[in-house]
Amino acid sequence: MRAIEPWVLEPLRTFVDESSARLTLLTTSSGQVVAQHGFQGAIDLMSIAALGAGIVASSTEIAAQMGWIPFRVVAHQGRAQAHLLSWFDTPRGRWVALVVFGSETKLGLVQVFMEQLVKDLVAATPPEAPEKREVLAADFERELNASLRALFGR
Amino acid sequence: MSAGFEELLEGLTHMRGVKGALLVSAEDGIPVSGALVEEEQAPALAALAATLLARVRDLTTQTGHEAPRFLHLQAADGLLLLAPASNELIVVGVAGREALIGPLRLEMLRIAERLH
Repeated sequence: MRAIEPWVLEPLRTFVDESSARLTLLTTSSGQVVAQHGFQGAIDLMSIAALGAGIVASSTEIAAQMGWIPFRVVAHQGRAQAHLLSWFDTPRGRWVALVVFGSETKLGLVQVFMEQLVKDLVAATPPEAPEKREVLAADFERELNASLRALFGR
Repeated sequence: MSAGFEELLEGLTHMRGVKGALLVSAEDGIPVSGALVEEEQAPALAALAATLLARVRDLTTQTGHEAPRFLHLQAADGLLLLAPASNELIVVGVAGREALIGPLRLEMLRIAERLH
């Protein structure tokens, strides 16, 4: 389990232990990875983060176009495993959680502990937000590499 | 569909000491129908009930016994009762200490039988 921000680790560890999730990925709504559990390859992780952010954006837009209350959860159930995509607001903006789980747990259980994870993350968020800076291409590449190192120990 | 399920559970919810009754999807652990006095607890109760039943099913199967027909958990302040209705649904009852277990058990098994 690895996280860009260390305060995310404890709530995430509790969630993984309680829900028996096989894989968990936390990202911002723009697809920037915040933390992960169980993923092995950087390329897969970044692709999945981007796809998850795309699903959140398109689901939110469908609800807006139809005048519905915005969706917050998408669940796909497969024969051997399933995934839950959930998005929620934190003091650091909107985050997205992707959880992959198997027959050792249940969708309802993952949802219940996801609600708890959101509460725990909100409670654990440090009071002061990081300083906002202008984003430069050089900074972006350096930060991306630092994030990958933090997430995969490379 | 859900209205029919509610009707089915109505007798159970009016029994002495019953605090709530749910029909739960066994596969997902999600409430399908029912009512609890503390309604916000329904998702957690459904998820935990389905997980518990799956674990007990595994245990009984691995020890060479049949899948359980009824589970009765006695806590300090009340009861949690589970009756698997089929491979898809579980009848869940929550009751206080004043509940009469015999009639409650019979009613839950009757509901489970009707859902088969």
